Amino acid sequence: MEFLSDIASLINSTLRISTPLVFAAMAGIFAERSGVIDFSLEGKMLMAAFVAAVGSYFLGNPWLGLLLAIIACVSLSMLHGFASVTYKGDQVVSCVAINILIIGLTTALAAAWFGQAGLTPTLNEDQRFLEVTLPFADSLRDIPIVGIIYSDILSGHYVFVYLAYLTVPLVFWVVFKTSFGLRLRAVGENPSAVDTAGINVFSMRYKALAINGVLIAFAGAHLSTAVNANFFREMSAGRGYLALAAMIFGKWHPKTALIACLLFGFTDALQIRLQGVELPAIGEIPVQLIQALPYVLTVVLLAGFVGKAIAPNAIGQPYIKER
Amino acid sequence: MVSPILELTNINKSFGHVHANKNINLTINKGTIHGIIGENGAGKSTLMSIVFGLYQANSGIIKINGKEINLRSPKDSIINGIGMVHQHFMLVENFTVLENIILGFEGELVFGKNLEKAKKDLKNLCDTYKLNIDLNSTISDLSVGFRQRVEILKSLYRGAEILILDEPTGVLTPQEVDELFKILRSLNEEGKTIVLITHKLIEIMDLTSEVSVMRQGEMVGHTKTEDTNKEQLAEMMVGRTVLLRLDKSEVKTGDVIFKVENLSVKDDLDVTRVKNVNLEIRSGEILGLAGVTGNGQTELLEALSGIRKVESGEIYLDGKKVSDRQNFLDPRELKEKGLAHVPEDRQRMGLVTDFKAYENLIFGYHDQQPFSKSSILNHRDIISHSKKIMEEYDVRPQSPNLVTSNFSGGNQQKIILSRELNEKPKVLLVGQPTRGVDIGAIEFIHQRLIDMRDRGAAILLVSVELDEVLSLSDRIVVMFDGKVVGEKENKNVTDRELGLLMAGVI
Repeated sequence: MEFLSDIASLINSTLRISTPLVFAAMAGIFAERSGVIDFSLEGKMLMAAFVAAVGSYFLGNPWLGLLLAIIACVSLSMLHGFASVTYKGDQVVSCVAINILIIGLTTALAAAWFGQAGLTPTLNEDQRFLEVTLPFADSLRDIPIVGIIYSDILSGHYVFVYLAYLTVPLVFWVVFKTSFGLRLRAVGENPSAVDTAGINVFSMRYKALAINGVLIAFAGAHLSTAVNANFFREMSAGRGYLALAAMIFGKWHPKTALIACLLFGFTDALQIRLQGVELPAIGEIPVQLIQALPYVLTVVLLAGFVGKAIAPNAIGQPYIKER
Repeated sequence: MVSPILELTNINKSFGHVHANKNINLTINKGTIHGIIGENGAGKSTLMSIVFGLYQANSGIIKINGKEINLRSPKDSIINGIGMVHQHFMLVENFTVLENIILGFEGELVFGKNLEKAKKDLKNLCDTYKLNIDLNSTISDLSVGFRQRVEILKSLYRGAEILILDEPTGVLTPQEVDELFKILRSLNEEGKTIVLITHKLIEIMDLTSEVSVMRQGEMVGHTKTEDTNKEQLAEMMVGRTVLLRLDKSEVKTGDVIFKVENLSVKDDLDVTRVKNVNLEIRSGEILGLAGVTGNGQTELLEALSGIRKVESGEIYLDGKKVSDRQNFLDPRELKEKGLAHVPEDRQRMGLVTDFKAYENLIFGYHDQQPFSKSSILNHRDIISHSKKIMEEYDVRPQSPNLVTSNFSGGNQQKIILSRELNEKPKVLLVGQPTRGVDIGAIEFIHQRLIDMRDRGAAILLVSVELDEVLSLSDRIVVMFDGKVVGEKENKNVTDRELGLLMAGVI
């Protein structure tokens, strides 16, 4: 039984750890399917974490914190669009600028407002999201298998975890079953085809970026107002980049990107679990080695282990109509 | 009873300093097939892009069915019944035919009822005009001819009454051109107005009932097609008399200088694009390589010039092996052995367009005397050499200090050609020598290639322009799907025969 509950808790943490990756990967899909590179998932996630924590601290309601985070992230997305869609700047440069700006900005603002460089005050229970216990979770716990799945794996997560996994089918539906999705995919493949169909290429890209901003805000709020009760310096810790890798590894498709996110989440959950554990015949594995696992996996997977990922055809190219 | 469906009055359009359309007046009558002819860069495409709403005119009036309209985007044009088939197809390659056609005209937010209706409507349109298109196939699986039909179907579905086609035959085999013209005629019989933009005189004579001629951004003439002939139209296009036939002496071939044996080449995606190709070129001979774009010609040229790795097989120059899978000479070493290359994509591979003309004129030979001495460029000699060679090859304007991108396509090509021919190579590989080049320059370039041949060079000419291959070559091979599928002496061979080979039919 101890083995089963070990597995259950491993799956449980996989779901939790993957949550910000899923939001970020879905955000990335919208931007990149429209033909705009989004390296700035990292910076936007960090911004969202900061704004959500600060907003919730001042306003006393984590939902209002989330709302402010959404506004902040959509603004950053618009900034990215302004530089790279309207003014046809280099998309990667624009993203890097956003990432660097946000690292500095969050640290400086935290220092100015709270006197601690890159740290916001701890949120109390009213100011943060709490774990949600699903109905009957306690009473069903003792039923074999079902009890473990329902009460130990599915129940007891933050609201963002449930939202993240509901977002994936929603994204799939929007991208593949609606006319908006058709236009979105077309504008990332061949913007001229979209333009000659009488659709405004720029407005399509801005809409995609707006959705991107909304989704990435959830990832940041999850970090600072759910799993943690405050913001700290560089708390996104490369998750934005990891999500980008998962999205590419998932070939810009929500379903496969989800699998990739779960895989990264799983290796992370596993490395936490393996720390300090004596393995038979090997002994204790150095913690640094285990912590490197998700990143090693990323490199291996992206180095062509899963076949060639073919990006949207027009990605990274600003649309220029007249010669 | 003729009534004008489209009237343009005093249309002007500039791109920066280039005045692409000057005071254009044009009337297109309902139910006609109207040809617009002119050289590359005469402003035909620009004018039609204005009519399609893609570009906005700086001034002028556009009337449809007598009513003045304001075209701010393609949407306005489509609503007013204008459809356009662009030279480069406006299709999303990994979408299906259906998805491409409904794009922008889905009629619903979530796919459902309207999608089914669209399918039915499209099937009816396909039947009416015998288009024979499977709505569920992916564009990337379709041949160029079919992609073009998808474009036509797309315009019809969007309710086009005027269909503009921009250089529609450039990428087609002669048989596909026949099919296209058949479709266009049947559209015309159903009452659609067709506007055909082309630089090929024969198409105007073949298909159109009225023709307008453009030259250097101006409209220089209108006439009924039956009242004119090719020579007259050519003169109007160029502004002077042109030779439509090339003077070519009999071949006096020598030994085989360049030989390719069982050559296979892969592209960047690891797909074998050249399959077991054998070629022999003698001195004093032009070997023409015909084929529809994308059948391995590009990869073949790159392998022969040392840019791309050989997968298997051998290349011989002057009887000596120069390249196989293990040992190969790079482009520079090949150059030293007397092989020159005029690449297909002149702006990407032939030139550094941001460089000045004199820099491009010596590029690749810049480390040789007298251009440089102990790694230091000799500016004065380079400039005087550039001036001399620009005069010899009639590069206009004759200013070595002008940035290369400011030259026209024809003059850019002359810069490359003069650079490569000046070294008097034994073997010359030429890709698409006259693509995007005006008639005057075409004449000149063709004459230079013939001169090279007469001087004893072995020339491989790769071109998608069948007329060019037919008029220059002594011998013709056809490539299809990476293989050489036919070889003919250029005597009494017709474009029909070659067309069948190009399409892989025989």
